[in-house]
Amino acid sequence: MTEYIPHTPEDIKKMLSAIGLQSLEALFSDIPEEVRRRYRPLGLPRGDEAGVRRHLEGLAERSTGRGLIPFLGGGIYDHFVPAVVDYVVSLPEFYTAYTPYQPEVSQGTLTWMFEYQTMICELTGMEVANSSMYDGATALAEAVLMAHRTVGGRRVLVPRSLNPQVREVLATYAWGAGLELLDVPYSEEGKLALEGIPDELCALVVQQPNFFGVIEDLSGLKERIGKAFLIVYVNPIALAVLEPPGSFGADVVVGEGQVLGNPMGFGGPLLGIFATRGEYLRRMPGRLAGRTVDAEGRPGYVMAFQTREQHIRRERATSNICTNSALCALAATVYLAALGPEGLRQVALASMERAHELADRISSLPGYELAFSGPFFNEFAVRCAHPEEAVARLREAGIAVLSPKLVAKAGLEGAFLVAVTEKRTQEELSRFVEALKGGR
Amino acid sequence: MGTIYELGAPGRRGTSLPPLGRPEEEILSFIPEGLRRKAPPWLPEVSQPELVRHYTRLSRMNYGVDTGFYPLGSCTMKYNPKLHEELARLPGFSGLHPLLPEEDVQGALGVLWELSQYLKGIAGMPGITLQPAAGAHGELTGMLLFKRYFEDRGELEKRRKILLPDSAHGTNPASATMAGFKVVSIPSDDRGMVDLSALKAALGEDVAGIMLTVPNTLGIFEEDILEITQLVHEAGGLCYFDGANLNAYLGRARPGDMGADVFHFNLHKTFSTPHGGGGPGAGPLAVSEPLVPYLPVPQIVRKGDRYALDWDRPKSIGRVHPYLGNFLVIVKALAYILLLGDEGLREVSAGAVLAANYLKERLKKTYKLPYDRLCKHEFVLSGAGLGEGIRTLDIAKRLIDYGFHPPTIYFPLIVKEALMIEPTETEPKEVLDAFCQAMEKIAREAKESPELLREAPHNAPVRRLDEARAVRQPILREPRT
Ligand SMILES: Cc1ncc(COP(=O)(O)O)c(C=O)c1O
Repeated sequence: MTEYIPHTPEDIKKMLSAIGLQSLEALFSDIPEEVRRRYRPLGLPRGDEAGVRRHLEGLAERSTGRGLIPFLGGGIYDHFVPAVVDYVVSLPEFYTAYTPYQPEVSQGTLTWMFEYQTMICELTGMEVANSSMYDGATALAEAVLMAHRTVGGRRVLVPRSLNPQVREVLATYAWGAGLELLDVPYSEEGKLALEGIPDELCALVVQQPNFFGVIEDLSGLKERIGKAFLIVYVNPIALAVLEPPGSFGADVVVGEGQVLGNPMGFGGPLLGIFATRGEYLRRMPGRLAGRTVDAEGRPGYVMAFQTREQHIRRERATSNICTNSALCALAATVYLAALGPEGLRQVALASMERAHELADRISSLPGYELAFSGPFFNEFAVRCAHPEEAVARLREAGIAVLSPKLVAKAGLEGAFLVAVTEKRTQEELSRFVEALKGGR
Repeated sequence: MGTIYELGAPGRRGTSLPPLGRPEEEILSFIPEGLRRKAPPWLPEVSQPELVRHYTRLSRMNYGVDTGFYPLGSCTMKYNPKLHEELARLPGFSGLHPLLPEEDVQGALGVLWELSQYLKGIAGMPGITLQPAAGAHGELTGMLLFKRYFEDRGELEKRRKILLPDSAHGTNPASATMAGFKVVSIPSDDRGMVDLSALKAALGEDVAGIMLTVPNTLGIFEEDILEITQLVHEAGGLCYFDGANLNAYLGRARPGDMGADVFHFNLHKTFSTPHGGGGPGAGPLAVSEPLVPYLPVPQIVRKGDRYALDWDRPKSIGRVHPYLGNFLVIVKALAYILLLGDEGLREVSAGAVLAANYLKERLKKTYKLPYDRLCKHEFVLSGAGLGEGIRTLDIAKRLIDYGFHPPTIYFPLIVKEALMIEPTETEPKEVLDAFCQAMEKIAREAKESPELLREAPHNAPVRRLDEARAVRQPILREPRT
């Protein structure tokens, strides 16, 4: 018997007799016999806890990448996660609960959702934030669909400097909805180079900082596109030191929240951030916690504006999303609460400081230069004659960066991408520089 | 209920960070002046003990599977094995960057590949993607596969409709719409199954396919499933199976043998990964042979003892996840399957269906059971007619007083005052009996002292909450002080 299932033969006998059946098989008599007959087992013997652990540990150890120092970003970053984050997300009443459909026994979840929404509004400079989407990529895709539903138009301006992974997801959704993505090139500085504004435009997407790490100037963009949505895809850590998109008239701010207290986890689960202006509240996807009162007038929280959601509105819902990334949003909430405004600022500043130091040291090496002259946050593209060789040398020194092949997806040839967080030490920075030097 | 914003004092902090190497202004000067943040975000300033006490207090106002019985229908709130939590935290999994080169992530690709093989076997279908992040995401992906399939055959212009039983979950119509299809509802007959004559009448050259939930959301197995899928296929359509209810026949029957073209798994239901207060989950998608070419890229392939990513799939719909799926959830599902083995998989469905029928037989003596037949892993009662002015909502809230999480209520829509009960296989008989006793007691109270129900809950961290007010006077964030 499996340890997760309590029924003894005696229990089974009693329960079957209460039902009036002779055997467990009889419980499945309503499945057509030929279907049951065709079943083929996996050929998998029963496991045991120690054996399963050994097998999975073996797989975990087989990934040699686990020992590399990640100067690797491209949307997922290796930030420090305080111990309290994992402590809180491991509290069983949080992680073994589901969506707070019954608010009276879900005040814990609803309260942190409300806290999370507040924090995301604060970071982004927006008026309402939902309590999570799957990831930044689908949050962006949903923002574009919302723009289309709100302002009409089937064209979307998408920068070449948008994270290519994210762009691929957006392209799939856009095709599904019959929308057309139009490229916006980048300048020599690596910044968005918006030229003409096409007709039938429903949204302009901007990534802040962009895929190459370059900080975009958001001013004047909203004015140029009129009623079309300005959608800004952010790294929320950077918003500790960058003026929030809300100040530049953004209609929707989305982003990847993994950086807020979640592990890299081979890319999932992630946390989709979604925030918008108050006027679009009823058009936004995702769950919202709201403050109300109970029968005795005491404050409490419930899921608000559920009439937007699929379980009520069905084919007219603002999205199909149901299960989201709640526990990752809880991690983000605890992370932000643990850091506070000063701590978050320090993470952003330390990441930026180290990134600039490394960039300076690399670009002073003969044969290496930064691909762009624009201001950058904690990531930058390095150009050299033989980038694949440089990356291989770094790999030999135990360092991982984003490969030229993946960088080329955003149209930049002959370069690799370097990300630096507050976790990278002086010793690691030096090791990086020495590895590049060694190659000449 | 205070939020964390009501705690702390300026200058307090919950963690420490390495010092900066130079003055702040110098670092800030890397940002052009107009783009620097002017006012800091309003975030809590709390010490670590305050923070821990706050969230521990909040957690105690929550109810989880580890707290007690959580018979939330359609959600499969089974026990979440603790081994899995440790495994997902192994540095070789949790600390792995998704954009490392293939040769450095062989173990992680191995996890994905192994789970893929098992899920294909369980579904009895030849193709799979692990990218979808949840069930609804799988549905959308499946609808996009339909779309690409018909586009490729030059039939997309005419095949615009998706048929849906009226018992379908809300995500089904929402997903079909997002992929640009028009949904048409098919009524259920008095058995609680798809009305075959209505289905026949709806089928035609304008139909792209059907979305079915098997067993359906009443917990009833569609006895005509083979005929349904055959009819749809004969009309040139495709069959989507919502796999939310796989717990009902795990290890005993395969959607591929029932005529499914696309089938989504909910790893957070059938495969025991925790629901996390609403997520994350994972919604892998298995497909039939004709749909394999359209699956999302990349596909994971094995060459000898190496794993690789195959991007060369010109007919693919593209990516639906920025990386390879909700990997840490996938790790847990793999561990679950390895522990269960074939025998354990069958024990799961046996235990789940046994518990559901046991509860149903007992509770139908007290509550209305609109569709009285063998059920699978769940069943739906009606809370109507229990007492003057008593609604299902009141029954649900009163269950809280007896220490149980309420069932799913008011779904499926075709049952008036629905109470959808899914016990799962992980509850001992004693707990099931105690739940029945509470339900029976509530039925008596409904007649004798209905105010006990109407004013419930009495034993919860808060009394009944005013949901309408949260919409009338929306407060969706802590107001700035
Ligand atoms: C029958 C059914 N279909 C689909 C879904 C959607 O799955 P998810 O919440 O994983 O998106 C659910 C989930 O609650 C469900 O019960």
